[in-house]
Formats: sequence, structure tokens, C-alpha cells
Amino acid sequence: MTALVAHGVAKTYPGRRPTQALADVSLVLGEGEFVSLVGPSGCGKSTLLRILAGLLAPSAGEIRLGDGEPDELLGRVGYMPQADLLMPWRRTLDNVTLGLELAGVPRAQARERARGELARFGLDGFERHWPRALSGGMRQRAALLRTFLAGRDVLLLDEPFGALDALTREELREWLLEVWEAERKTILLVTHDVEEAVFLSDRVFVMSSRPGRIRDIVDVPLARPRSIDLLAAPEFVALERRIRAPLREERASRVMVAPQ
Amino acid sequence: MNGPGPTTALVLGGRLEPRELEPFGWRRLALRVGAPLAFAVIVVGAWQLYVALSAISESVLPSPLEVARALVRDRGVLAPSAWTTLSEVLLGYGVAIVVGVVLAVAVISSRLVEHALYPWLVISQLVPVPAIAALVVVWSGFGLGSKVLVVALVSFFPIAVNTIDGLRSSDRELIDLLRTLGANRRQQLRLARAPAALPYLFSGLRVAAVLSVIGAVFAEWVASYQTGLGYLILELGNETATAEEFAAVVLLAVIGIALFALVSLIERLALPWYRAANAEH
Repeated sequence: MTALVAHGVAKTYPGRRPTQALADVSLVLGEGEFVSLVGPSGCGKSTLLRILAGLLAPSAGEIRLGDGEPDELLGRVGYMPQADLLMPWRRTLDNVTLGLELAGVPRAQARERARGELARFGLDGFERHWPRALSGGMRQRAALLRTFLAGRDVLLLDEPFGALDALTREELREWLLEVWEAERKTILLVTHDVEEAVFLSDRVFVMSSRPGRIRDIVDVPLARPRSIDLLAAPEFVALERRIRAPLREERASRVMVAPQ
Repeated sequence: MNGPGPTTALVLGGRLEPRELEPFGWRRLALRVGAPLAFAVIVVGAWQLYVALSAISESVLPSPLEVARALVRDRGVLAPSAWTTLSEVLLGYGVAIVVGVVLAVAVISSRLVEHALYPWLVISQLVPVPAIAALVVVWSGFGLGSKVLVVALVSFFPIAVNTIDGLRSSDRELIDLLRTLGANRRQQLRLARAPAALPYLFSGLRVAAVLSVIGAVFAEWVASYQTGLGYLILELGNETATAEEFAAVVLLAVIGIALFALVSLIERLALPWYRAANAEH
């Protein structure tokens, strides 16, 4: 079963000198699959994610959820940008119930459901805290809980751990795998960290530099559940190398085309 | 997502530094109340000393004691006047809040309304009140109405401008996030833009609180109805009853400070999250 299909998606930003951000991107996400999207900076990863979330209209191409017809995506796909975007005027519990609230779930019921998940998201005992009082890792977990509670089948995560320090990041990766293995949501994760992409994913999409296309699709046949020890395994390192090579080529070609 | 899953000890091992709100502190209170009181005692004491030593005429500079005596002696005139001015201030301020907030929401909800209205908001502040004093009287007479009109006119502006800025201040990314969660424009306003605008609104309310008192005095000058602290100050000045004039000014200051403090108190109670955020800076 497929969860999401994008076919021939392109995006050109209009203007006096139009910028082509994406050229002909096609991809398929299987149900319950964990896919990462890596690419050189400025290759249109975030643009693609915003299009898949329904926030931005593509200039060409179409996107389908499941096996249905092309449809309105806004409000049907889970989306989490790099900034946690917790509302400073809501306590942690009321931040994570936002999606349920907008879906019309009565407040008491929404809170009850959120309370049941707090422990798993490492937020036990912090439900009454203002977001400011949480550490960076906890804020990110709260943002992720908000995304999960909204109940969408496909989640688009735009560098969710990008702003965290290396240790917290490592911790959250393992934790994210644990949560995902229990839920089996379809996840498309944008990252610029190749190690992170290999560690988490079933498949890794490598994008070319602007205008962005999917240049390579690398399968990650590593057994699950995965642990941090895997990072040193030869097959892991080989996969990392396979993904880094095209990325390096992209960077080199870009320098030649557009010297800065 | 049903029921609690396995608890990961891992995630709880992080560096958690929960910053709770400081409990109510006597030291803070002493600073907030004690410092201005101490300063007032020093200023008033120096003033009393200067008047006593310099033998300056009472009609030029009355001593604080004489002002206090005037406050007590003339309470029969001062109290009703203060009450009149207070009513003008509160009514005008109330009208200003309603008008300011409604205008702000109208301005941000449509480009057309914004371009049509914004210049007029500014123009309303550029026309000197004395220039339209005669008109104000013609429109609303010599009674309470004209005073309320002038107070509202001078104090709605900071409320409207601050609220507009506040409603525009909300994070574009947060609005996008709400859209992906299915929020319509009204829900975006209620859930993100309005709460983000509240600290701005309160800034405007504090400025407007002070302006509204000045506005009331001004209104009593241009459209006198023989009562109110502003009228009294003008009359007593003409009679060189300086101590009594100072007494009226003191009452005016009390009204202004009380209104300002009330707004600040409501802000503290209504926006606990904002205080928590600012405690860090």
C-alpha cells in the first residue's frame, strides 16, 4: 500500500528573475515507511516538504494521498518544521493537544489522551510547565507529540533535530525510532545529516542541487530494531559512503557552475 | 496511540533545567513599593526644607505641608471635582479600548480597510484638540459627553497602533503550522494572532492610561463646565491659590498612577506566561 505519491512536482518562484527551486520530483512513500531526504543546502528540500504539506502550490505535477485522487493536502498531512513553534502562552499539555482541539475533540478528552502519551515522550511531570521552562530536547519532543496526536498517517519532519546539540540529538534519534516502531506511521524526514538518515530510514532519497531533483534512491537493508552500536558497523559505514559520494559531486558541480 | 507506551529512561536522563516561576517575594515587594516611597520622602523632605529655609512666598511655591493642609481643608470642593474627572477618564478610556481594538482587528483583517483607515488614524492625532474644541462642544455639548469624546480621542491611538503591531507580530511559521492542522482564518486569529498581540495591547493600554488623564484635563479647559480637577487647576491658578492648585495636581497624579498600576496588575494576572518569558532576560 502506498501512503503518498508525488508525480512530476516542480516549483518555480516567479519574479523578475524566476528561480526554479524544484524540477520534476517524483517519489512514492510506502505505508509505514521511514524515508529520509538529504541534499545540499538550498536544493529545495524544504520547498518540497511545504508542497507535500499543502502549504505551497506546485507549479506543475500532482500529489496523491494513498491510492486516491489528487486532493487538498492541507490539514491531512502531519508537518513539523525545525522550530518547535510551541505557543509561549500555552502550558505544555495545552500545546500538545492543539491538533486534537482543531479536530473538534472536547478539551477534557484531548487532555486525557495527551496525558496518556506524556511518559513515552519524556514529558511526565512537565504538563503544567510553560514551554520556556523546558529544555531544547523536551521542546522538540513536545512538538513531536503535538504532531503525533494530530493523528495523520503521513508525517513530514523538516530537520526536527537540527537546532539541538549533538548529545541530545543522538538521544532523540534512538527515541524517535522507538516511537515510530510502535506507531508505524509513514515518515518523510528532511535532514542534512547522512548518519542520521541511514540510522533512521528504510530508504534515503538524495537530492541534486538547485533545481532539486531526486538523484539517487538508496535502500537501507539494516535490521531493526537498530541501536547506536550500528554506527560503527562496516555495512553502515559503506551506506554512508554511498550517500556522501553523490552529495559531494553535487557540491563540486555547483561550485563550477556558479562560482561565489 | 492508545494507552501509555514503554517509558524510556533514556529521555529522562537529559539535562533538564525546569525553570519554575519565582514564588511571591517580600524582597521584590520591598523594592517595588519601598524604593519609590523612599525617593518620595527624600524629594518631599528636601522641598519642605527648601521652603522653610528660603522664605519663598507661599503663592510661588507652597510647602508640602501647606499642600497637605489644603487637601484636607478643601476636600469639599476637591473630592467632587476628582470624582468628575475620574468618571471622564474611566468612560473615555473604556470607549478608547473598544474603539482601538475594533479598529485594530478591522485594519489587519483586510488590506483595503488597512489602506483606507490607517492614514486617518494618524490624522486624528495630528489635529490639535483646541482647533476642534468648538466642534467638540457643538457635537457633544458642555456636559460629560464632550470630555469623554476628547479622552477617547487622545487615548485610542496608542491602543490601536500597538494592537495592530501585535496582531501582525505573530510568527508566519506558526500560522503555517496551524494551517496544516486544519485551522481556518478565524481560528488562526483566535489561537495565534490574538494571544501574541496581548502584550502589545497592554503596552498601549499603559500609555493610554496616562494620556487619558491629560485628555480629561484638556477637555475641561476647552469645554469648561465649572467642575473637574482640570477646571479647578485653571481657576485656582488665576486666583494664585497655589497650595490648593498643587492639591488638585496631587489628586490628578493619584488618578493617573492608580489607573496605570491597575492596568499593570491586570496584565500580570492575565499574562503569566509573558512574565515567565521575560524573567529570563
